[in-house]
Amino acid sequence: MTVYLPIAELSVNIFIILGMGAAVGFLSGMFGVGGGFLITPLLIFYNIPPVVAVATGANQVVASSISGAITHFRRGTLDIKLGTVLLVGGLLGATAGIWVFSWLRSIGQLDLFIAILYVLLLGTVGTLMLNESVRALRRASRNEPTTLKRPGHHTWVHRLPFKMRFKKSKIYLSAIPIVALGFCIGVLTSVMGVGGGFIMVPAMIYLLRIPTNVVVGTSLFQIIFVTAYTTMVQAATNYSVDIVLATILMVAGVIGAQYGVRVGQKLRGEQLRALLALLVLAVALRLAVTLVVTPADLYSVTIGSF
Amino acid sequence: MPLPATLRRLAFLAALVFVGQPAAAQVPFGEATTAKEGLEIGTSTSEIAIASDFRGADLTIFGALTNADELLLAIGQYDVVVTLEGPLDYATVRKKSRVLGIWVNTESMTFEQVPASYSVAATRQIDDILSSEGGLPIGTEHMRLSPTGYVGNAGNLTEFREAYRRLKLAGGLYQHDFGGVRFVSSSLFRASLRLPANVPDGVHMVRAYLFKSGTLLAERELPLRVNKTGIEQQITDAAHNQPIAYGILCVLIALVTGWGASLMFRKK
Repeated sequence: MTVYLPIAELSVNIFIILGMGAAVGFLSGMFGVGGGFLITPLLIFYNIPPVVAVATGANQVVASSISGAITHFRRGTLDIKLGTVLLVGGLLGATAGIWVFSWLRSIGQLDLFIAILYVLLLGTVGTLMLNESVRALRRASRNEPTTLKRPGHHTWVHRLPFKMRFKKSKIYLSAIPIVALGFCIGVLTSVMGVGGGFIMVPAMIYLLRIPTNVVVGTSLFQIIFVTAYTTMVQAATNYSVDIVLATILMVAGVIGAQYGVRVGQKLRGEQLRALLALLVLAVALRLAVTLVVTPADLYSVTIGSF
Repeated sequence: MPLPATLRRLAFLAALVFVGQPAAAQVPFGEATTAKEGLEIGTSTSEIAIASDFRGADLTIFGALTNADELLLAIGQYDVVVTLEGPLDYATVRKKSRVLGIWVNTESMTFEQVPASYSVAATRQIDDILSSEGGLPIGTEHMRLSPTGYVGNAGNLTEFREAYRRLKLAGGLYQHDFGGVRFVSSSLFRASLRLPANVPDGVHMVRAYLFKSGTLLAERELPLRVNKTGIEQQITDAAHNQPIAYGILCVLIALVTGWGASLMFRKK
């Protein structure tokens, strides 16, 4: 059964899109990630124009993050004040990102830029994660206790001015690194169609030394607003959010996520992280291959006077 | 709405059949006609609706030659070319080359006001028909492709024009069918043009050209509206005309789906 995507302007098999959404939803539930970094490249592999894949990916992340954010809000593991400071940076970053996105599109380098960014980011994150989880697995097999660096240890980040007190997180921290982190994540959201949780969470824990219990909830709070904002700005400037594609992906994704969560609870953390790392590296590799292999046609046509 | 229009066209075609032939029959063989040869055309429809299951359509164009010379007609000296031209827009062709091992778009050329889609049917090869007529922009090989701005290298221009034609033909938006125009009687012809599944919406132009021994004698044109109907068009319109509301709707759907699923699964 085919369905016509009005914005992507092509007909696709609805079952492939449903399967893609369910699979990414399952993985995102299992690993506790938004799934944008998987859905966007998958859509590109399925010949959806990257412009549409990125904008629709951001929309999909809104749906996959909302239930997690609500849960953390109920449990009280969400620092609204910290989230708002992150959000200020996020909205600024998303706005700057959209501007860069439109400019790259006009000079015909958007697809290349998205692919390179994905290869670099997924390659780095995947390698770091694999490294860390393999070491953790080795330690676990030797029955050594896990030794995390103690939070609260002061670094250069804690000597910056404009300090603010975040009661819920029980930290006293400069607003500058928080806004800067939010800004970087906002740029990634609008340029890559990801929520950015897989970068924001480690950065909050290791760079800003924010207590782990509020990190996930607070990052989800920022992600929802930034992805929602990005969806609207993409819709208004590039007309590139495909509502049909997004709806199919979201419905399949949220259902898949519910089952993924159940499977995820049965697996051990280090194993999960090692699996996710391999998956991330596989996506990065697949994208890297498309950059290097000689294309079937060196020429391409776009409508309009870009 | 479409039914009366179709009926009117059918009546017009019937008139063509009955009027066209006796007029030609009155002219003795071989005798030069004083009146100039002409051409009349009619299409099977003036509007094409694209629904969600649209897989392309065939458009049939009927036409008649008026005041045609029977003898020249019999030896095939008359040729008819029918084109269907989509809405005009700019088109940019980009060329990739290897930079530090990675394929990058390095060169580009923008052509002004080229049809987004183009189908051509003719009685025989366009090049044979146009042999004595230089510079007519008919057919994919001869259509006007003028670049915007300054083009430094003339060799590049040919290269980019060829790439444009090749890509458009490969994508199905440009098509040609030499032999797609057939005479059903001595002066009545029928042409069928293919509309691809991804035909752009807007006003298309049906153009018919009559040639005698390679010289253009007459030209007729008719507009053809291609409308995307139903939910697809409403979505496309909403995305372009009310982008903010459309964006808000996308976000709302996401919120409802995400929240709804977590509520549904919690109860179980």
